[in-house]
Amino acid sequence: MSDIVEGLTAAFWLVISLDPELLEISLRSLQVTLTSLVIASAIALPFGTFLAIRRFRYRRLTISVLNALMGLPPVVVGLIVYILLSRSGPFGVLGLLFTPTAMVIAQVIIITPLIASITHQAMRELWAEYHDLLISLNTSQWQRIKTLIWDGRRNLLTASLAGFGRGIGEVGAIMIVGGNIDNATRVLTTAIALETGKGDFALALALGFVLIALAISVNIAIHSLSRTEREGRW
Amino acid sequence: MTNILPLNLKDVMVKRRGKRLIGPVSTKLGNTGITMILGPNGSGKTTLLKVMHGVERVSAGQVQWAVPDHEAQHHQSYVFQSPIMLRRSVIDNLRYPLQLHGTPKAEQEARVSEWARKIGLEDHLSVQATRLSGGEKQRLALGRALIRRPEVLFLDEPCANLDGASTRDIETLLLEAHAAGTRIVMTTHNIGQAKRLATDAIFLLHGEIWESGPSARFFDAPETPELQAFFRGDIIA
Repeated sequence: MSDIVEGLTAAFWLVISLDPELLEISLRSLQVTLTSLVIASAIALPFGTFLAIRRFRYRRLTISVLNALMGLPPVVVGLIVYILLSRSGPFGVLGLLFTPTAMVIAQVIIITPLIASITHQAMRELWAEYHDLLISLNTSQWQRIKTLIWDGRRNLLTASLAGFGRGIGEVGAIMIVGGNIDNATRVLTTAIALETGKGDFALALALGFVLIALAISVNIAIHSLSRTEREGRW
Repeated sequence: MTNILPLNLKDVMVKRRGKRLIGPVSTKLGNTGITMILGPNGSGKTTLLKVMHGVERVSAGQVQWAVPDHEAQHHQSYVFQSPIMLRRSVIDNLRYPLQLHGTPKAEQEARVSEWARKIGLEDHLSVQATRLSGGEKQRLALGRALIRRPEVLFLDEPCANLDGASTRDIETLLLEAHAAGTRIVMTTHNIGQAKRLATDAIFLLHGEIWESGPSARFFDAPETPELQAFFRGDIIA
């Protein structure tokens, strides 16, 4: 119990004193996860919507695979990305291993299926609701996709936030491809793993609380910017 | 304005999974009037309406407008039994068909405010459409259908689940639209409503047109025993 109190106190002082190292790894955590989130959303949101309204041959198989990929083990993704990016791998010449870019690549692979799958679920319901009307109004395929994405934007936000949640707390993959290098690829989660290993529980806990606070504030910020959950608008 | 009417249905048959839903049906929709489609549940009223609107696949027979189908599509609207509200404000719901059509902004605004007034929702423009009452939703659905200035308006039991006052609002709007030259085709379970509005009527039974004709003869002197029984309030199976 005293460990937790110590951790809280340490976290408090770290934040109050604007500890430069803490600031750096927190910002890197945000940078890596938000970059992955933007890329993954740009792929997953249109793809999930497309899956909801188009009927094609291997649709069921695609959806099953997508749902299975939601549970992709990060360590395995990290390992595969590591092999691909390592000097002897096919993309070795790019020299990306142990850089934030490698971490972004791994995270995109991890969170894209999650966002696409949630998008598909939400869009399928909306499409069932709108189907008859949009057919009757003689809409084109593109008009349908635009209408669904616009009217379902709150659901899409939820999908993206789920992706953010998975990304920000992820440690297995980015530890492998990033290498937890001080001043280069160290982020909150890898730092926590390191401090725990070293036995510095107070610092590890402090970083943990900062991570949780960060996740909560990003969620609140995005919600208030997009004005969801306001009275009368859900 | 091009005239898409008359509409000719010739030996139309709709089958789903080997079961006949309607057919063979042959009828003609003339240039003016309000046509009521009556019949018990499962007689194929909605299917017939959707066939006319062109959103139901036809298994056999022909549906022929005076103009090619893709052109006719732009001049008809359909109001569903349970109104489908876009998850947007009232004003955005009204504007939606005009946006699809690429109507100029200034004209959009003018027509939206005109129709908001006609359907009595001018004080609710910024309310989410999904939060309206049942009667308001149906008025909004009707306004959204009429704002495209369709030549033909299809309605599938627009007053089911509505109370007297709401039904009267809808009927007033329909009579106004009819006076302005809109051809109306609707289904209903309410015989009183059918009598109030119809210029002619169709009685569907077992997916076939059992009896049809101008409203005076149809309601006052039905020929078939089934229609007579239907008007008496007997249950027809």
